[in-house]
Amino acid sequence: MLLEQILFFVAAAGAIGGALGVVLLRNPFFSVLALVAHLVALALLFLLLRAEFVAAAQLVVYAGAVMVLYVFVVAYIGGVEETVGGEGLIGRTGPVFAGALLAELTIAVVGSGLGALNTRGAHVPAGFGSPGAIGKLLLEKFLIPFEAASFLLLVAAVAAVVLASRRRGLEELGGDELPERAGRAPLPTVDGGDGARPNVEDARPIPAGTAEGPGDPTVSRGGGW
Amino acid sequence: MSIAWYLVLSGFIFCIGAAGVIARRNPLVILLCLELMLNAGNLALVAFSRMVGNREGQVFALIVMVVAACEVVVGLGLIVAMYRRRVPIDVDEVRELRG
Repeated sequence: MLLEQILFFVAAAGAIGGALGVVLLRNPFFSVLALVAHLVALALLFLLLRAEFVAAAQLVVYAGAVMVLYVFVVAYIGGVEETVGGEGLIGRTGPVFAGALLAELTIAVVGSGLGALNTRGAHVPAGFGSPGAIGKLLLEKFLIPFEAASFLLLVAAVAAVVLASRRRGLEELGGDELPERAGRAPLPTVDGGDGARPNVEDARPIPAGTAEGPGDPTVSRGGGW
Repeated sequence: MSIAWYLVLSGFIFCIGAAGVIARRNPLVILLCLELMLNAGNLALVAFSRMVGNREGQVFALIVMVVAACEVVVGLGLIVAMYRRRVPIDVDEVRELRG
């Protein structure tokens, strides 16, 4: 019992610290690393709740694969530092809104008077969240949602390929901006949009806070997204 | 440990994620904060599953993880497309759809 409480508080401190790190750290790369720490602490909480398979999937899929995807994208677009807490109305509203939401949730949970919340949970057999039990449930009772989830993953993979592909998808709308094709003649523009500018090199780095949007300042802002 | 502890912790994580979604401007960090909120929901689902002694909440948490992975893939694809089109990686600058 004592060991369970110690583990719970250590994992809870790790989870909250990781979550605060995601929000408060300025560099997106460090935010991703904080989220990895958060996910590992959350997997420990899942283990305490007897959800062994969910904990393993959390570690392997989330902290492993998805976070590596994040790290790749952060390394690709470069870590753009930004101010936290922000200026203006929005930056001040965020913490106030979060505090109000937390107070409401805590009142709802603690003050609800639900006697069931104060229990330590029902008595569960050994192997409650084991891969065998969860897999049996997934392949028998929840077979249709399982297959729908696999189809959803397939659709998302196709969407990512279309969105991020080099010569199709959104690139057709924006013209040719690829570095290896910079030497060629620029594509003719119909509406004088922001795409297909011949001066590709000097427009490459964009400061994060510029209001002009990418590239040519004479182009109206509506030419971007 | 009482189940209420897990639910309060889940509320904490959800509120931190919500504050991040509102206050941050980098879409990458906003996606990370969305992950935080989804994870808080997962923790509540697994805690309720433990409370009633039913495994189906864990299956629900697994499906939520699948949906979160899809959301991450599409969101990162959008961010890469924004970078390719030299749109600033800042949600305040993406204002084409604003009325």
